Amino acid sequence: MTLLTVDGLTVGDSLVADVSFTVTAGDRVGLIGESGSGKSLTSLAILGLLPPGLPASGSVLLDGVDMLHAPERRRTRVRGRVAAVVFQEPLTALDPLMRVGRQIAEPLQRFQRLRGPALRDAVHAALDDVRLTDTSRIARAYPHELSGGQRQRVAIAMALACRPRLLVADEPTTALDVTVQAEILDLLDRLVTERGTALLFITHDLPVAARVIRDTHVMRSGRIVESGPIGSLIAAPAHDYTRTLVDSARRFDAALERTGRD
Amino acid sequence: MIAYLLRRTAILLGSLVLAAVVLFVLLRLLPGDPANALLGVGATPEQIEAARRELGTDAPLATQFLRWLADVATLDLGKSLVSSLPVGPEIVARLPVTVPLTLSAFVVAVLVAVPVGVLAATRADRWYGPVLNAIAQLGIAVPAFWVGLLLITVFALRLRVLPAGGFPPDGWGDFGAAAQSLVLPVVTVALVMSASLIRYVRSATLDVLGSDFLRTARALGASPAQALWRHGLRNAAVPVLAVLAMELATTFLGAVVVESVFALPGLGGLLTRGISQHDYPVVQGVMLVSTATVLVVGFLGDLAQRLADPRLRVRP
Repeated sequence: MTLLTVDGLTVGDSLVADVSFTVTAGDRVGLIGESGSGKSLTSLAILGLLPPGLPASGSVLLDGVDMLHAPERRRTRVRGRVAAVVFQEPLTALDPLMRVGRQIAEPLQRFQRLRGPALRDAVHAALDDVRLTDTSRIARAYPHELSGGQRQRVAIAMALACRPRLLVADEPTTALDVTVQAEILDLLDRLVTERGTALLFITHDLPVAARVIRDTHVMRSGRIVESGPIGSLIAAPAHDYTRTLVDSARRFDAALERTGRD
Repeated sequence: MIAYLLRRTAILLGSLVLAAVVLFVLLRLLPGDPANALLGVGATPEQIEAARRELGTDAPLATQFLRWLADVATLDLGKSLVSSLPVGPEIVARLPVTVPLTLSAFVVAVLVAVPVGVLAATRADRWYGPVLNAIAQLGIAVPAFWVGLLLITVFALRLRVLPAGGFPPDGWGDFGAAAQSLVLPVVTVALVMSASLIRYVRSATLDVLGSDFLRTARALGASPAQALWRHGLRNAAVPVLAVLAMELATTFLGAVVVESVFALPGLGGLLTRGISQHDYPVVQGVMLVSTATVLVVGFLGDLAQRLADPRLRVRP
């Protein structure tokens, strides 16, 4: 069943130009490109959260709802329920004045109608699911009292608390250091597998993408320039730009190995 | 929090003493001798000398200051040079006009400015958002006394529904009359105050509307109104709280002008009279009370901001 159909999406003056792809239930799809390639605008367009005043054309159907043109009320009903997002910077993505437990409780109240002790248990279970220990301390903490990795786990817990059928992860590991990155990727991988959630993974980092997704689209200057299974893209990139991405990832690895040997 | 409270209280007390020193020195630097002002031009040097001794203005400045500070510490603000009445009770007698005027104007201004400022921000894309903003801009440009005169012309002189000025001799004993006589002054101060508050509320709300955490809330299914109500307003309140404290303090001082427009027997009237009569103790007393009020309000504003924002409670 098709969850998301993006057809001829164009945002602004070709910030995103004629982008088309689909995500079916349980699928894992990547959107890879350097910053400014339009991948984050695409993710905002999917949720119908483009900044006001930015014209968009084409169509984005999320579970049949046109996220570009449907009335706000209809789009609000789809957000969270069908697709939820994890953003890049967990410090600014969380409300700085609200305890983390209450922030996770919000989607649980909204989508599962939980109240009282049941709600509190669900908050702790959600923190447990993202492998945060000492859940009662974390639930009472404010975002600035947590580490970057802990904050991103909280953001993932919030998104999954909606029980979405599609999780959009927009550069979820970019703001984190390398060891934490690997943990978060494993966590995402495990959680979407367990729940059968589809994943749209947006990143500029080819090796990172290769750890969690199968099929990917490579974006450049607002356009999709190449699509296919990520293994064959890395083995035999057809487009020049994909080749540069692969080469720079290889060079980076080689440099890492060399410094490791010294 | 306790350590902060102690530190902040120490700063408050320190600034009060500093303010007292500045106040004392500035008043002594002004030209004009109170003994002269008291006795008039025909006084002999001996009479003036005697008057100085009696007033204590013959002692060295440092001695005068310490005497005054010791008196102030026991809540004795001295006696008026003109009427010989104690200044403290005179100030207290004026508070039933100035305090209700300032506080009601503050409350009205907040009740007007918060919804209007939020609307001006959230409806920036409709016609009335910019209109509200333009009206607020206009309000800032208009001086308080002019607004007061305008209101007097319309409501007191044309429509004859409210008094043009004055305060009943019984004070709040005649509650209806007292309340009526404060309506126009309160509206005047509130209008001027809300104009600048609207702009602060609007820009704080705009900041919050563009924030990542509001986008997160929306992305997880909150409606625009829910997201703003749950996450936006509290975040927008933090910078506004600091401004509120400043505004309350300015209003208290600005009441001086408005009180004279409406001929109200408040602190403003006492201050202007004290200045024109070279009545040091009166001027000193009123200024000290106003300065202390401003400092205490600032102190409370800081505390409120700290309670609202957990990030400020982190130990440095």
